[in-house]
Amino acid sequence: MRARVFLVAACALLAGVPPPAAALDRAAVEKLATGDSEEKLEAINALVAEGDPRAIAVLEALGDGGLQAAGKRVLIVKGDGATDALTGAPVAPLPADREDVVANNRIRGAVAAALAVLKLVSQDRDTRLAAARALAGGADETVLPLVRKALDKETDPVIKPMLELTAATIELKGGDRERRLAAVRTLRQSASPSVKTLLLSVLDRGKDGSFAEPDEELRREAQASLREVEGRLAWGQRLGLAFAGISLSSILLLAALGLAITYGLMGVINMAHGELIMIGAYATYVVQNLFRAHAPGAFDWYLVCAVPVAFLVAAAVGMALERLVIRWLYGRPLETLLATWGIGLMLIQGVRTVFGAQNVGVENPAFMSGGIEVMPDVVLPWNRIVIILFTAGVLVAMGLLLAKTRLGLFVRGVTQNRAMAACVGVPTARVDTWAFGLGAGIAGLAGCALSQIGNVGPDLGQAYIVDSFMVVVLGGVGQLAGTVYAALGLGVVNKLIESWQGAVIAKILVLVFIVVFIQKRPQGMFALKGRAVEA
Amino acid sequence: MGPISATFSRLYGPTGWIVLGAAGAGLFIVIPVFALAVPPGSAFHVSQYWVTLIGKIMCYAIVALAMDLIWGYAGILSLGHGLFFALGGYAMGMHLMRQIGREGQYQADLPDFMVFLDWKELPWHWSGSDQFWWAMLLVVAVPGLLAYVFGYFAFRSRVKGVYFSIITQALTFAAMLLFFRNETGFGGNNGFTDFKRILGFPIATPETRVALAAITGAMLIGTLLLGRYLVTSRFGRVLAAIRDAEQRVMFCGYNPVHYKLAVWTASAVLCGIAGALYVPQVGIINPSEMSPANSIEIAIWVAVGGRGTLAGAAVGAGLVNGAKSFFTQAFPEYWLFFLGLLFILVTLFLPNGVVGLADRLRGARRA
Repeated sequence: MRARVFLVAACALLAGVPPPAAALDRAAVEKLATGDSEEKLEAINALVAEGDPRAIAVLEALGDGGLQAAGKRVLIVKGDGATDALTGAPVAPLPADREDVVANNRIRGAVAAALAVLKLVSQDRDTRLAAARALAGGADETVLPLVRKALDKETDPVIKPMLELTAATIELKGGDRERRLAAVRTLRQSASPSVKTLLLSVLDRGKDGSFAEPDEELRREAQASLREVEGRLAWGQRLGLAFAGISLSSILLLAALGLAITYGLMGVINMAHGELIMIGAYATYVVQNLFRAHAPGAFDWYLVCAVPVAFLVAAAVGMALERLVIRWLYGRPLETLLATWGIGLMLIQGVRTVFGAQNVGVENPAFMSGGIEVMPDVVLPWNRIVIILFTAGVLVAMGLLLAKTRLGLFVRGVTQNRAMAACVGVPTARVDTWAFGLGAGIAGLAGCALSQIGNVGPDLGQAYIVDSFMVVVLGGVGQLAGTVYAALGLGVVNKLIESWQGAVIAKILVLVFIVVFIQKRPQGMFALKGRAVEA
Repeated sequence: MGPISATFSRLYGPTGWIVLGAAGAGLFIVIPVFALAVPPGSAFHVSQYWVTLIGKIMCYAIVALAMDLIWGYAGILSLGHGLFFALGGYAMGMHLMRQIGREGQYQADLPDFMVFLDWKELPWHWSGSDQFWWAMLLVVAVPGLLAYVFGYFAFRSRVKGVYFSIITQALTFAAMLLFFRNETGFGGNNGFTDFKRILGFPIATPETRVALAAITGAMLIGTLLLGRYLVTSRFGRVLAAIRDAEQRVMFCGYNPVHYKLAVWTASAVLCGIAGALYVPQVGIINPSEMSPANSIEIAIWVAVGGRGTLAGAAVGAGLVNGAKSFFTQAFPEYWLFFLGLLFILVTLFLPNGVVGLADRLRGARRA
C-alpha cells in the first residue's frame, strides 16, 4: 500500500516539480492534521510530491509531536510560540482549543522516509548529505525513483556516489537483469561492509550446494565486485591500523620525551616520571573542575588553559625533587633509581589521599569528540588526531629549545662534559634544575594529553613507566631523534602484532624484542660514538 | 687446625657463630615449643599468625640474601628478582594444586580453574607435577635456566648498570602479563590457592606450619653460610673486583662473564627456593608477585639492611617487612608514605644501611 502511494508521489516528482506555490497544499495539510491514518498517509505523499522544502517543517513537527490542530487551522508549536503550518506566519495568541495531532508508528515510518526524500532535494548541502547517509543505512524499493530523481540533479562529489550506491543496492535486490548487472558493477566502488554482505548474499549457495542466484554472469560480476570491495575494505583496515599505530607512537613519544631529557641527557634515572605524568593529568582534572564551576560557558576551552597549568605544576614538582633529593645522588644511578621510586610511591599515596583512590572523570571538550570518517568503517577520532599534532608541536618546541636557546646550549654542554662546562662558567647546578624541570614539565604535558583518552587515577603513571624507559633505551640514551624513531617503531609494531595476536601478547612480544635487541646493541639504535672502552 | 675448622673460622668469628647458634635454637626449639606445647591461653604462646609471619619474613630474607649476592657483591642491580621468586612459587604451587586431588569445589581430577575454563586434560607443562621430586626439580631448574640464558646473553654483550636493571624490569613485567592470561595454564589473575596438603600432611595445621617455618629457617641459615662461603672465597674477591673495576679485572686476564653468570644464576635459584617455601606458608601465589613494584622492594630491603653485608640484607628484609605488617594493619593509608620515605632516606643518608650505621656508631664510641 505504502509502496504504491509512494510511487504515485514519485511519479509526480518525476513529472517535474511544480512552481513553488505561495503556500503549501491546504487540503493536504488539513488532511494531515485531522484525517484518519490512511488519509494522513495520502497527505504525506501529496506533500512529498509537491517537493516544497517547507513541508519538511510540518512533517518534522508531526514526527516529534509538535503539530496541533485548532479547528481548521494547523499549528506548529515549538515551546511557547507557534507558527501556521500553511504559511509559516507566527500565530499569537495561541487559540485555546488545540488538539495534538497523533502519529502512530506506521505514520512515523512514512514521515521519516518522506523527510529523507524531501531533504535529498534540499538546497543545503549538509542536509542532503545527512539524508543520503540516512538512506544508505537501509532503503527499500519505494524510494528508488526518488533517489534516481535526486541523482539527476546531484553534482556534489561526495553525495552523488552515496546515492548511486544506495540506488544500486536497491536495484540489486529486485529489478530486471540488465539493471541488476549494472547495479553489481556500480557496487564495485563501495568500501562498506554492508555492500560486502550484500554481494556475498548473491554468491550464497543453498543447502544442496547449488547457487541461490541462477544467473551465472551476474554471479561472475558479483564475484569481481566482491574482490574489489574486499580489497578496499582491507585497505581501510590497514589505514585504521596505521593510524592506531601512529596514535600509540605519539602517546609513547609524549610519555618518553621528558624521560629522554632527564635520563638521556642528564643520566638521571627518574622512576617517578610516571607519577609526574599522573600529576599533569590531575592538574588537567582540577582545571576542568574550575572551569565547570566558574566558567561553564567557556568549558570547551579548559584544555587550552590546562596545557600550561599541567606543564608548570609538573615542572614545579620536578624542580623541587631535583633540589631536595636527586641533586645529592648525581653519579650514583642505581641509588637515584631507588630514591625516585620512593618519591613515586609517595606521590601516588599523596594523590590518593587528596583525590581518592577512584579514577576521576576528565571530559573531552566538544571539539575533540567525534572523528573524521575516511571510510564507512574507518573513523579517525579527533582526540587522537589532536594528540598526534600536539606531540609534534611539543617535539618541535623541545628541539628548538635545545638547539637554539641559551638553556639548550647549556644543557647540551653539561651533558657532553660537565667539568669543562663548569670551567667555562656554565652554572651546572642551576642548569640541572632547569633541565629536570623541563623534563618533568613535558611529563605533565603527556599527562594532560593522556587524560583525554584514558582513565585518570593514582596508578596512571605506573602503566607508562616501563614503556617510556623502553622507548628511551631502545632509541639510545642521549639521542632525541632516536627516541622519536623508537616510539614510532614500537607503536606501529605493537599495533601490528596486536591486530593478529591480541593486546597482551603484543605487549609481551615487544618487551621480549627489546630485551633481545638490547643484548645485540647495548647502546640503543643510535649510540653516541665514542672511543672509550666503557662505550 | 684442620681444613674444616679453617673454613668455619673463615665464615664467621666466635661471636657470629654464637649468634647463629642462638638464632637456630630459637627457630628449632623455642618457637616449636611455644607454638605447640604451650596452650593458646598462655602469655608465652606463639600464635599461628606469628609462626606464618616469621616464616614468610624468613623467605623474604632468603630473597634479600640472594639479591645482596648480586647487588652488594657484584654490583648488578636486578629489578626482576620477583620473577624468579614467583617462578619457584608457581612450581611449588602446581604440585600443591595436584595434591588437592578431588577435594576441590568441582570434585574433579583437574585443578578447579581448569574445570572452570572447561579444559579436559592437563596441559603439557603440568605433566609430572604430581611428583614431589619433579616439583623440587622445577623449583631449582626453571629460575636457574631462565637466569642462565638471560644472563648469558646480557653479560656476554656487556649490558650493565642501569640498562641491565631496566631490562630485568621489562622481563618480569612481560612475565606478569603472560601469567595473567588464562590460557597459559597458571590460573590467570587468581593464580593458585586453596591448597589442602603438602606431602600428605594437611597444610593449615599448627604442626605443619611450625615445620615449614623451621625448614625455612634452616634454609635461611644455610643460604647465609653459603653466601658467606662464596664471598669469602677467591670467587667472592673476583666478584668484588668486578664490581669495583670491571675493566681492570678483564685486563688481569679474568673473564667477568663467567663470574657474573655464576652468581646471577645462583641468586635466581635461591630466589626460586624461597618462593617455593613461601607458597605453602602463605597459601597463595598469583601473578602480582611478578609486578615490577615487588621486585624493586627487594632492593630496598637490602639497602635498608646494608648492602655488601649478608647479615645486613637479612636484617633489612626483617625490618622492612615487619614494618609493613605493622603499618598495613595499623595505618594502611600511610604505608606507601613510609615505604617511599624509606627509599629516599636510606639512599640519601644511609648508604651502608643499618649495619653501616651500627658500625659508624661503634666507631664513634671507640674514637
